[in-house]
Amino acid sequence: MIQLISFYIFASIVIAAAAMVIFARNPVHSVLWLIVAFFNAAGLMVLIGAEFIAMLLVIVYVGAVAVLFLFVVMMLDIDFAELRAGFVKNVPLGILLAVVLVAELVLGIGAYQAGAVKLGTPGAGEATVSATVPNIEAIGGLLYSKYVFLFETAGLILLVAMVGAIVLTHRRSHGTRGQNISSQVQRRPEDATRNVNQPVGQGIEL
Amino acid sequence: MIGIEHYLVVSSILFVMGVLGIFLNRKNVIIILMAIELILLAVNINLVAFSVFLGDLTGQIFAMFVLTVAAGEAAIGLAILVIYFRGRGTIAVDDVNRMKG
Repeated sequence: MIQLISFYIFASIVIAAAAMVIFARNPVHSVLWLIVAFFNAAGLMVLIGAEFIAMLLVIVYVGAVAVLFLFVVMMLDIDFAELRAGFVKNVPLGILLAVVLVAELVLGIGAYQAGAVKLGTPGAGEATVSATVPNIEAIGGLLYSKYVFLFETAGLILLVAMVGAIVLTHRRSHGTRGQNISSQVQRRPEDATRNVNQPVGQGIEL
Repeated sequence: MIGIEHYLVVSSILFVMGVLGIFLNRKNVIIILMAIELILLAVNINLVAFSVFLGDLTGQIFAMFVLTVAAGEAAIGLAILVIYFRGRGTIAVDDVNRMKG
């Protein structure tokens, strides 16, 4: 019973928050509703025992992505009223498309539920869920053994994203002096100094 | 009793919300990016639900990679948005054709 109640609470809040994300007038509110949606989706995942993904959602989505969105929304000085100009014009087409999509998806799920499609029962995969091993431990064991190369590729993707974001947004600032390391290292004493037998009574030539 | 269908319905509604958000806010890139995040969240819910339903952890591993790509996409998208705003002073994407080559 408690599972049913919490499922419906999480599910309804997730959908309501998603609706608020796309209908909110102020993008800052949109980001905040997005955070609500992520938290409740994490709740949905905890409910079926996927704690690792739930924690990842909270840490990565709420902690990093949503905060990034907040930073950008607040940093840019944007006239949001002007951006909403086409909103009413786009509503009929959007609603039509959404209704068609939802009908298709529900049709598919209904057909699946009716047992119309029989793809066979899933065989015992290599990554079966064990009742005794906790979810996080099982995922860790799988991630660092069977999927270790994919895991490293994920790290590489994040590295590329980071470098790309820095390259895109970095502005070379004028008026500051940077270091040129190679020319500094290559500099030798004979390039920079000279010995002069300075005659008495004359000034020093600099 | 909660079955796989409940989760599938929630994730499909979430997915359609994302698509609707892209259609409704065609000018505002920030909302479009958030709608894409919603779509990826729906995909993740689907993957995790099927993973638990079939008793196979691979779906959860894959959900983690989807999350990685979503984070990278958000970072790059917002970076492009910032330089676009710097150049034009607006983020309306009606005429983004100056971005081609």
